[in-house]
Amino acid sequence: MELAYYPGCTVKSTAKNFEISAIASAKVLDIEFIELPRWTCCGTVFSLASDDVMHQVAPIRNLLRVQEMKKDRVVTLCSMCYNTLKRSNLLVKKNKEVLDKINNYMYEEPEKYQAGVEVVHFLEVLDQDVGFEKIKQFVKKPLKGLKVVPYYGCTLLRPRDVGIDDAESPTIMEKLLKALGAEVINDPMKTECCGAYHTVERKHIIKERTYKIISSAVARGGEALVLSCPLCDYNLDKFQMDVAREHPGFHPIPVFYFTQLMALAFGLDESALGLEYNYTDPKPLLLEKNLLGAGSE
Amino acid sequence: MRTILSSKLTKKEFIEKVEEISGQNVFACYHCGKCSAGCPIVSEMDLLPNQVIRYVQLGLQDEVLNSKSIWMCASCYTCTVRCPKDVDLAKIMEALRVLKLRQNIDMSRVRDLPSEDLESLPPIALVSAFRKYTP
Amino acid sequence: MKRIGVFICHCGLNIAGTIDVNKVRDVIKDYPNVVHAETYVYMCSEPGQKLMRDRIKEFNLDGVVVANCSPTLHEKTFRNAAAAAGLNPYRVEIANIREQVSWPHEHEPETATKKAIRIIQATIERLKSNASLLPLKVPLTRKALVIGGGIAGMQAALDIADGGYEVYLVEKSPTIGGRMAQLSETFPTLDCPQCIMTPKMTAVSQHPNIHLYTYSEVEEVNGFVGNFDVTIKKKASYVDYDKCLGCGECAKICPKKVPNEFDRNLSIRKAIYRPFDQAVPSVYTIDMENCLKCKVCMRKCEPKAINFDQTDEYIDVKVGAIIVATGFDLMPMEHFKEYGGGEYPDVIDAIQFERLLAASGPTGGEVLRPSDKKVPKDVVFIQCAGSRDPNLGVAYCSRICCMYVAKQALLYKHAVPDGQAYVFYIDIRSNGKGYEEFVQRVMEEDRVLYLRGKVSKVIEENGVVKVYGSDTLTGRSIEVDADLVVLAPAMLPSAGIRELASKLRITTDEYGWLKEAHLKLRPLETMTPGIYIAGVAQFPKDITDTVSQASGAAGKVLALFSKEQIEHEPIVATVDHTICAGCGFCEAACAYGAIKVNPKTKKAEVNETLCEGCAACSAACPSGAAQVQNFRKDQILDMVEILARDY
Repeated sequence: MELAYYPGCTVKSTAKNFEISAIASAKVLDIEFIELPRWTCCGTVFSLASDDVMHQVAPIRNLLRVQEMKKDRVVTLCSMCYNTLKRSNLLVKKNKEVLDKINNYMYEEPEKYQAGVEVVHFLEVLDQDVGFEKIKQFVKKPLKGLKVVPYYGCTLLRPRDVGIDDAESPTIMEKLLKALGAEVINDPMKTECCGAYHTVERKHIIKERTYKIISSAVARGGEALVLSCPLCDYNLDKFQMDVAREHPGFHPIPVFYFTQLMALAFGLDESALGLEYNYTDPKPLLLEKNLLGAGSE
Repeated sequence: MRTILSSKLTKKEFIEKVEEISGQNVFACYHCGKCSAGCPIVSEMDLLPNQVIRYVQLGLQDEVLNSKSIWMCASCYTCTVRCPKDVDLAKIMEALRVLKLRQNIDMSRVRDLPSEDLESLPPIALVSAFRKYTP
Repeated sequence: MKRIGVFICHCGLNIAGTIDVNKVRDVIKDYPNVVHAETYVYMCSEPGQKLMRDRIKEFNLDGVVVANCSPTLHEKTFRNAAAAAGLNPYRVEIANIREQVSWPHEHEPETATKKAIRIIQATIERLKSNASLLPLKVPLTRKALVIGGGIAGMQAALDIADGGYEVYLVEKSPTIGGRMAQLSETFPTLDCPQCIMTPKMTAVSQHPNIHLYTYSEVEEVNGFVGNFDVTIKKKASYVDYDKCLGCGECAKICPKKVPNEFDRNLSIRKAIYRPFDQAVPSVYTIDMENCLKCKVCMRKCEPKAINFDQTDEYIDVKVGAIIVATGFDLMPMEHFKEYGGGEYPDVIDAIQFERLLAASGPTGGEVLRPSDKKVPKDVVFIQCAGSRDPNLGVAYCSRICCMYVAKQALLYKHAVPDGQAYVFYIDIRSNGKGYEEFVQRVMEEDRVLYLRGKVSKVIEENGVVKVYGSDTLTGRSIEVDADLVVLAPAMLPSAGIRELASKLRITTDEYGWLKEAHLKLRPLETMTPGIYIAGVAQFPKDITDTVSQASGAAGKVLALFSKEQIEHEPIVATVDHTICAGCGFCEAACAYGAIKVNPKTKKAEVNETLCEGCAACSAACPSGAAQVQNFRKDQILDMVEILARDY
C-alpha cells in the first residue's frame, strides 16, 4: 500500500528517530510512505481566530500537494501536524468562502484545492487499514515484560471532531502495544497536556508537567512512556535529569515513539530504531528486558 | 474600587469583537468552573479561565487583555472538551490574544534566550511559540 | 338556518386595535340569513356570554357565529353558553379573526378588516349546513390500572381504592417500594423511608380493592378511555407466591452469587432472592438468567413453594383509566469518564452512598468505602454530574440533587464527626418548605465545605482519590485528596419507558420523560384521554411533589369514575354506504384505528368512540363516501368559494 506522507519539520531534525522507525516498521507491513514533494511547515498550531485565513494557507497548500499526487489520503506521524492539517481541512470543507480565498491567494499554483483529501494519523492506519490482529503476525520479538504507559497528550484527541479516539479514555495505542506483546499500564494522566510551546520561554512549566506526568506513570509501575508527538517527546524526555535534581525521589524513565517499539517488536536492526536520538537513554532498560543486543530472541 | 456597569459604558463592541473572532456566545458560560478545574497551567494564571470569560461578559476589556492568563494558556483544548455548555474557551483565549497582538505588540521574548537554548529547541516548539506570541 | 346571530369580539385591542369592528358589524348585519350582528369588548367574559344567551332568546337565533380568537381557546365556552340558552351547541361556530387576522396583519388595518369580513362570511356559509348533533355517550369500566409500585404508584392506588374502586397495581420488580426503599433518610425531615413507607406498603397489600401484581409488566393495551383492555404479564418467578413463607432457607443454600441491584451492586444476593427484608410481598423470586438450575433450593423448601415448571402467566383485565408512575434511574457511572466512573471503586453514585449510610445496607450503616472498607475521612460530593450539561449530558436540572447531597453530607458528618465533607456545586436549588433552612444548617452547623466550581477530573492513585476542582468564588483551582467521591448523577427515565409509552400510545419528550397535556394547566394528563401520569416518570421531582401528583392523578381518575357515562365529541366520521366501494384508503389513513372496512359487507365502518374527527379518512376517500359531521366537503367548498371570491 502506498500512502502520501507528510513528515513535518521536526521529524527531519530533532525527531529523526520517529521517522526512521516509522518508515522501517511501515515497510514490514508493506506500507510505503511517499513523501509529499515541496512540502512546507504546516504551522504547527491551528489558528483559532475565525477571521484568520492567512494562517490556513500553509496547511492547505500541503494538502494541495497531496491532491497533485493524485492521492486522496495523507498520513502524518506528528500529532500536532495531524491536528493542524485536519482542522484546516475541515474548515475549508465546511466553508467554501474561506476555501475560495485561500485558492485565490495561491493563484500561482496550477491547481485549486478541491477539499477532497482526508488527513489520517499513522495510528488510524494501523487500526483501520491493517488491524492489530494482523500486526501480531509480524511481531518477531514480543516486548515481553516491558511495562509501557501510552501517553496521548492533547492534539491527537482534542477537540472531539478531530480526535482519533475517545477524548477521555482512548484505547488505540493500548491495543497496538498489546499486539506488540508489551504489558500496557493505564495512566489517567495520559491525556494531560505536556506544556506545549511553553518550553521556549517558561521551562519551569515544562518541568512541572514532566514531574507530574512521569511520576504518575512510574507510580503505576510504568517503565517507559510511549507517545506520538515530537513536542511532547522533547518536553517529557529532555528535562527529566533537571527534574530529578529538583525533586529527589523522582525516577526518570525512557520515552519512546510508538513506532520505535513497533520496529523493535518487528525484530528490525537497531539502526532502524534511532535510539541515539532519545534523550533519556533507553538502552539499559531494553537490555534488561532482553530486547536488545545478542541473545535477545 | 467599584466596577460601574451601564448601557452606555458596557463595552459592547469589545464583547462583539471577541464573539466574532472566537465564534462563541460568551454569555452561554454559566461559570461552573470546570474549565478552571481541569486547566493544566492554571497555577501560572492570575485570572482563572472561567474568570477570563466573566471579565469579557462584563466588558472589562483592559483588565482581561492585560492579564497573564491569556498568555499562559497552552491551547490544550481540555476546557473545550469538558465544558457542559459547549463553549470553546480555547477560541475565546485566542481571540483575546489576537486582539492584543493585532495592536502590533510582540509578546515573545525569544530574543532574550541564550543561543544554546535556541539551537536545541525543536522547530515545532519555536514555530508554535511564534504563532501564539507574535503578531 | 334562517336566523343567524353574529357576535364580533374586540378582545380589548387585540382585535379592535387593528380591525374596524364596527365596519365588520355593519357589513355582516346585511348578509343573507343574518338577523343580528353586534360587537362586544370581551365575548368570553361573564357578561359577554350572558349577552350571547340573552340574544339567542331575544332573536330566536337558530345559529351563532362568534368572531374572536382561536377555537382551541373558547369554542367550548360558547357552545356551553348556547346549550344553556336552549340552542344545540353544534350550531355555534368560531370565526378566528385574531390569530388568523388581527395578529398577523397588525400593520395592515384595511386588509385585516376585509379579511375578517370574508372569514366571517365563509363561516356563516358553513354554519348554514351544520347538523344539530348530540354528544355520544360511552359506558365506562370503573376500575383503574396503576403501572409502577413506587411511592407514586402506591399512593395513587391507595387513593383510588379508598374511593371505592378496584385497582390493578403492576410492578416489574418482585416488590413494591421503588427508589424510596433504597434511601437511608429523606430530606429535610430526616425520616427513615422504610418507617414511613412500610405502612403504605402493607396497606397496599392488604387493601381489598387493590390487586397487586409484582414481578409483572404490562404486555398489551387496547381500547380507549373508560374501556381499556389490558394484558398483564406475570413473569415466571418459579416460586408460588401463595405458598412461600419468606423463611429464606432457599437463599441461604443457593450457590450462585449475583450483584445485588438493591444495594446498587455494592453487595451480593443469590439467584433466588428477596430484594430487601421489608419487601411486599415478602416472598422469594428466582432470577432465572443467573440460576444454575441445581434445584438445591427446591429440596430445602418446606412449604414446597418452588416450581421450576412455572411459566409466564398472562392476565386480561378491563379498566377505565390508567396511571403511569414508572419512576427513574440514574445516569450510569460509565458515562463519567473523566471522574473514573465505573473504573474506580471509590467513586460511587448517590444511591450507592445511600446504601452505605442505610442501617439495612451492605455495611450495616457504617460509612466504609468500597475498596478497602476503611472509614473515609475526606468525602467529596460532586453535584450536577451529567445534569445542566447540554454538551456531554442532559440539559435539564435534576432538581433533587442539591437537597440530597446536603442531606448525605450531614448524615456523613454525623456518622464520622472528625471527617470533612466537600460539596462542589454550581448553584444551590433549595426551593421547598424547610429546604433552604436545611442547607444553611448543613453549612453553618455541620461545617460541610461548599465549593462553587465543577470538578474536571478525578484520579485514583495509591488509594487516594485526587479531585481536581475549582472555587470560582476565591478564583482558585482546588485539589482535594479524598478517600471517597460521591457523584450526584443526572436522573433519567426508567429503562423501557419508550416501549411502554408506545404500547399506551402516549408520548415522551426527547429524554424519555412522559409528556403531559399542558405543562402548566394539565400536568397530570396525557394527550390520550384516560391515561394519567404521576411522579418522576413525568420529570424529576422530590417525594413531596411525587405524592401530590399521585393523589392528583388519582383525583382525576375518581372524577372520571364519578360520571355515569363518558361523553365523546360527535364531530366524527360517517360513511355513506351507497357510495363506499370498500377500497380501504380510509383505514390506512386513520391514526386511531377508528375506521375499518368490514370484510363481510365490504363497506367502511366507523367506531365513533375511537374517532377523533381529524378527517384524514375524508381526505383520503376517493369517492366522497367518508365525511366528518359538520366538516363535510360541501361545507368546506362553500367556505372556499367565499374566501377565493376576489381571485
